[in-house]
Amino acid sequence: MTMQATPGQLVGQRVRRREDPRLVKGRGSYVDDMKLPGMLHLAFKRSDVAHGIIRSIDTSAAEAMPGVELVLTGAQLAEIIPPMPVATPFPAPDHHAVTPDRVRYVGEPIAVVVATDRFLAADAADVIEVDIEELPAVIDPERAANGDPAVIHEAFENNLAVPFAPAGTGVNPETLEVEDESALNEAFENADVVVSQRMFSQRLVPNAMEPRGVIARFEPGNDELTVWSTTQNPHIARTLLAAILGMGQHQVRVIAPDVGGGFGSKINVYGEDFAAAAISRDIGRPVKWIEDRSEAFMTTIHGRDVIGYIDLAATGEGKVTAVKMRLIADIGAYEMVLTAAIPTLVAFMISGVYDIPVVRAELTEVFTNKMPTDAYRGAGRPEGIYFLERAMDMLASELGMDPADVRRVNFIQPDQFPYTTAGGMVYDSGEYERLLDQALENAGWEQMKADRDAARAEGRIVGLGMSFYTEICGFGPSAAMPTVGLWEHASVSVERDGKVRASSGASSHGQGHETTFAQMLADDLGIPMDDISIIHGDTGQVREGTGTFGSRSQVVGGTALLMASGKVKDKMRVFAAQMLETQPGDLSFSDGMIGPTGQEDTGVAFAEVAGFAYIPIPLPPDTEPGLSEEAFWEPEGFTWPFGCYITQVEIDRDTGELELQRFVGVDDCGNVINPLIVAGQIHGGIAQGVGQALTEEAVYDEGSGQLLTASFMDYQIPRARDFPRFELDHTVTPSPLNPMGVKGIGEAGTIGSTPSIVNAAVDALSGHGVEHIDMMLRPEKLWRLIQGGDA
Amino acid sequence: MIPSAFDYQRAGSIAEAIALKQGAEGDARFIAGGHSLIPLMKLRLAEPSLLIDISGIPGLSGVSEDGGRVSIGALTTHAELESDSVLLASAPVVAEAAGEIGDQQVRNRGTIGGSLAHADPASDLPAVVVALDASIHIAGAGGERTVAAGDFFSGLFEVDLAEDELITSVSFDAPSQAAYAKLRHPASHFAIVGVAASLTVEGGVCTGARVAVTGASTHAQRLGAVEEALTGSSLDDDAIAAASAAADVDDVNADLAGSEEYRQAMTRVFTGRAIAAAAAR
Repeated sequence: MTMQATPGQLVGQRVRRREDPRLVKGRGSYVDDMKLPGMLHLAFKRSDVAHGIIRSIDTSAAEAMPGVELVLTGAQLAEIIPPMPVATPFPAPDHHAVTPDRVRYVGEPIAVVVATDRFLAADAADVIEVDIEELPAVIDPERAANGDPAVIHEAFENNLAVPFAPAGTGVNPETLEVEDESALNEAFENADVVVSQRMFSQRLVPNAMEPRGVIARFEPGNDELTVWSTTQNPHIARTLLAAILGMGQHQVRVIAPDVGGGFGSKINVYGEDFAAAAISRDIGRPVKWIEDRSEAFMTTIHGRDVIGYIDLAATGEGKVTAVKMRLIADIGAYEMVLTAAIPTLVAFMISGVYDIPVVRAELTEVFTNKMPTDAYRGAGRPEGIYFLERAMDMLASELGMDPADVRRVNFIQPDQFPYTTAGGMVYDSGEYERLLDQALENAGWEQMKADRDAARAEGRIVGLGMSFYTEICGFGPSAAMPTVGLWEHASVSVERDGKVRASSGASSHGQGHETTFAQMLADDLGIPMDDISIIHGDTGQVREGTGTFGSRSQVVGGTALLMASGKVKDKMRVFAAQMLETQPGDLSFSDGMIGPTGQEDTGVAFAEVAGFAYIPIPLPPDTEPGLSEEAFWEPEGFTWPFGCYITQVEIDRDTGELELQRFVGVDDCGNVINPLIVAGQIHGGIAQGVGQALTEEAVYDEGSGQLLTASFMDYQIPRARDFPRFELDHTVTPSPLNPMGVKGIGEAGTIGSTPSIVNAAVDALSGHGVEHIDMMLRPEKLWRLIQGGDA
Repeated sequence: MIPSAFDYQRAGSIAEAIALKQGAEGDARFIAGGHSLIPLMKLRLAEPSLLIDISGIPGLSGVSEDGGRVSIGALTTHAELESDSVLLASAPVVAEAAGEIGDQQVRNRGTIGGSLAHADPASDLPAVVVALDASIHIAGAGGERTVAAGDFFSGLFEVDLAEDELITSVSFDAPSQAAYAKLRHPASHFAIVGVAASLTVEGGVCTGARVAVTGASTHAQRLGAVEEALTGSSLDDDAIAAASAAADVDDVNADLAGSEEYRQAMTRVFTGRAIAAAAAR
């Protein structure tokens, strides 16, 4: 089998996204666009208190409304489906699709109404009377970890989901026991300088443009369930739905039509999905539920919410000798599919891009009366890199070093790859200093510093920030998620007319798979992109799959596609060789022709070979007719893209308002298939990272447990006018772990931008004695610091 | 985000709108642009049984000027105010404030009459009409009447407007020098604090000042101490600083976007900015 090396004719080109004309003209097809005959609509009665015991539910008024077909309480639903699944190795409390007995966060479903239209269903849910005996709301995770003011799940003492998970130097990786503290203690005892800081990566709301939605259609005639879902991973959804419903995987089909973003929040299969499927099976009619924006704020998973107590030991020259992170993750009221696993990724990031001999992370995960957290763009890596990159800046400040220099002296060097961190992570490739130099040059770092100092001399509050990230991409191998598996599946079929149908288990929800995958296959097969259709998001058409998350689609899905394409090409060579009376091994694919390498135009047309493969007279020996191949591919390890973001901010002395004035970024995601799509991913990622730094924070009221930021009137996702032009560039350090040398780019911008901006703000306020500021950087917080107070 | 069921009727005239309102059973509400009422309905914080749509009533939209008196129809949208040539020439402060409201979609739908009648404590235009000493013209079953803007706003969502009355227009004398300065709520773009200042300047001396704040408290209100401090001053930097330092508000709002202390401080900051901008006009 051969694989096309990048770049080719289309690979590496700024090809415009094929899906965009459909999507921007309103011709996409989303779950809510589907209307099935006889379809009923669901609405959920939700808890308006954070914590309490359900004493009684009166559904009689709802049931009496004309058009209401069915009302089910949580207890009634629990009779037909078991609690929901998790895919992590940690113990989890029972989590019902609709709670049968207690409420544990505001918005938790208590009952579900099935009615002939959506509005009626909402009206009926509104008149369900629920009597709840309120319990104290558990909001502060550090208090919660002492069982204060209440215990949320009886089986989890002191609200500890994961009581203490250590990793790193001195920790036995098999038993997870701390066996040796000496290296850690020595590093801190012998340090010339120690930086210690409590930091907080605050809770965020993912806010996909399209809220969640589901249609479930059980066909009693053939016992088959079809579910249309806004999922990022239809095959995982199929597996979980089948398991909970007690059905075979062959009886469940999940279709993800056009999906309007997910950012990780649509990895999960939610209670509403299970309830819809169970109800459709129960009543034999299709049912639909579409989340509204209020529900999306309150009841789609949240992200981050990790406190880090960071200690960093270093020499007087700025060489880091040890890092310790004590992490407290507020995971909310329950564990969802990946909830408990996400904070472990924070610990994986402890070394960043630095050659640090001693590291230790200690993770505690705590239940509170909030929406559960789970994967949100970056998922653990933003928290880890934020903690480390803030600490690196604090070290630079402590030593009076340039932030670039303190990073430079600690970089893992190119000849150290593959590099194993003290925490056991294996990095595939990296050339950090080259990228840093590129970023400094593009930014005009020395001039930026001079300009900052001049502005300060005028009394302006100007600061510069830098961050250098790496992150984990290309999620696989399966050992990294043993409950699900982390490979990808692909198929490539060449039809009789030479057109190609290719499928991938990686399910696009905005990333542009239909374009990048087609670019890649067009080059590999030597045919036009327009002759290739990419099929994804339907377990009925795509035989197997894992899904799109963790910046894995190009790395894992792309490689699987190339493998399937390679198999098809091998077979086409056999047919072509017979037609050309030559040997298969001598044949290549180019410009729609298959012929001797370098002289493809003297061969036979791709389409002609395709036609012959389906009417093979005579059939070549030991060959099956037809051209349809599939492949599974699992990587042997993660890929580790990296980059450096340099920012400049100015803070209004009178109001504390912060203006982001410059953003200079250099990323390295290995080889690039489509620079336009890569730039789009980086832009979007930066926007969300800036959001975390400056404008976004999900705040629950300490007393009542109400979500105070439950609408776009209160929760600001950044707008285009909040950004300067992004000055972006890249270097290329291919990954050796896949044939295309790609690394993944979906989350990078989110990870690198946040610490850079906070570092810039701290730099700006360094003259006011400020050493650290917790996010988000509210104007009032900055104003107070300028006034000389505490944030 | 799904409102309760309601009936809907379009009124073709002011008289019809008032008659519909008087004849309605249950909670009937006038609706113009809907950008205050509909969000409340979607959260079921407002559940009117009938919406009387007044947006099609002829003659209630547009800006005119006659002998230095500017009149704005109640149904004029914020987007229209923002780009109106009469306002840009005679009262740019109104266009300026309207352009700061919400986002483009909100400005395309929201109306000045709706904004004033709803009287959100953080909406922009109430401060402007108070600073301009505008007259608010009202029609109702009992006929027409006029209220001074300074008397119109009386408390949290409280205005001098009966159930069966609606605003028909707003009028004011074209200000000689006026400006609006605002600290935007980052998410909603409402005013955390917004200050409108209208100055009369003769021979370099401020002979009259009306300064009003919104966002800081329950309703738009004048900053009397600031006005006093300005009157007779030369409007130099020191005078503006001294006057804005006198800004003081009771019942200060506090939320995630700003504590009471921050809002008080921002009231002083934006008072200074509004006065300086007006003085420079």
